[in-house]
Amino acid sequence: MIFAFCGNALICTSFYVVQRTSRARLFGGDLAWFVFWGYQLFIVMAATGYLLGITESREYAEPEWYVDLWLTVVWVAYLIVFLGTIVKRKEPHIYVANWFYLSFIVTIAMLHIVNNLSMPVSFLGSKSYSAFSGVQDALTQWWYGHNAVGFFLTAGFLGMMYYFVPKQANRPVYSYRLSIIHFWALIFLYIWAGPHHLHFTALPDWAQTLGMVFSIMLWMPSWGGMINGLMTLSGAWDKLRTDPIIRMMVAAIAFYGMSTFEGPMMSIKSVNSLSHYTDWTIGHVHSGALGWNGLIAFAALYYMVPKLWARERLYSMRMVSWHFWLATLGIVVYAAVMWVAGIQQGLMWREHDEQGFLVYSFVESVAALHPYYLIRALGGALYLAGALVMAWNITMTILGYQRDEAPIGGSLPRCSLPNRSPIWP
Amino acid sequence: MDYHIMRTFADSWGLVAMLAFFVAASAFAFRPGSKKLSEDAASIPLKDD
Repeated sequence: MIFAFCGNALICTSFYVVQRTSRARLFGGDLAWFVFWGYQLFIVMAATGYLLGITESREYAEPEWYVDLWLTVVWVAYLIVFLGTIVKRKEPHIYVANWFYLSFIVTIAMLHIVNNLSMPVSFLGSKSYSAFSGVQDALTQWWYGHNAVGFFLTAGFLGMMYYFVPKQANRPVYSYRLSIIHFWALIFLYIWAGPHHLHFTALPDWAQTLGMVFSIMLWMPSWGGMINGLMTLSGAWDKLRTDPIIRMMVAAIAFYGMSTFEGPMMSIKSVNSLSHYTDWTIGHVHSGALGWNGLIAFAALYYMVPKLWARERLYSMRMVSWHFWLATLGIVVYAAVMWVAGIQQGLMWREHDEQGFLVYSFVESVAALHPYYLIRALGGALYLAGALVMAWNITMTILGYQRDEAPIGGSLPRCSLPNRSPIWP
Repeated sequence: MDYHIMRTFADSWGLVAMLAFFVAASAFAFRPGSKKLSEDAASIPLKDD
């Protein structure tokens, strides 16, 4: 999900957005094709590594040293294409979406290289060992891991938001100056939040507290960004009724706000002592990844595909509406059931009797979660069904078909109000 | 440069430098006359296509 779906969505939209907001074609000619195929090769090597048990056992960074080296080459080519396009732009100002994309590319390069510093055991073998050990290794891992969330899944996707929401709503972003503050605040705060993954471990207490404090401060840029995205629709809220793509974007931004509220809350030590290692964390990550990243990427695809293949419109708007409801319902069911499961799991783990003995064994907590896992599977199935509807819709759009269907209801019958004064809301 | 020197630098001058940069960047965004420029910048994606 993160590297194959979100990674491709980021590369695809960043190349689309940077060309249009810079008024320049991609720099480097076929180098962009190298980035595309090189990244797919990375995905194939990473995914097969999972199946074959070839892993560094670092969360979100499992691929072994030779895959890491390959990704570094591809990523440098990506940076060259993106930065080269910005350098040769015809638009004097660099639009804020490109700031977010560029920060994502540069920061991921830095995180990837430092986190994957390792020594191969042999020249032709796949096994390697990290350059760090003990708590330093754990902190390097989570400095990387949390900023993969911060810069891969947040900064890059905010670049998407700052281009596609104004385009689909046909209105400029609510406050451009707020977007600049949003950018710098996000950059300066996110990078310190990693230690909150290591509460109550061997990490020094001051570092844990630092991670917690910076995580809580992240509320400000997160909500600033959410307000900026949502308020872009002010004066165009009627589109929510008529345009399922706008609806998808609003749901995505709402999930962004919700999961970035939840994240800092979970980083508070007393909350974390209950939530850590439980399914609550899983629910949190999925509300971000499926709710925010998934929905905003789907909306961007629905916007781009008719443009890229020069189609008048999508094959079917009603199928977009179906996708919206399937995905939203799926992720709401998924996240809600994981909250309940996680809190129950956390409470069962810490429950002890008056003599201080633990009341439940681990396997009892697993058995208690059985119904929740079934509901979780249902939520995931709904979400997947939505994605299949999208795949059909987009394929038919690319093939040039238009579904014969009634337009989405709810639009104002404007022609029937001839005497409407222009200042009437 | 050992750990302690780096640590002392990070939570004194390093912190001050980053805070100063952030405050300056924010102040620059809201400098007089920036409203018009930022409105122009906000309209970049809507200009064509």
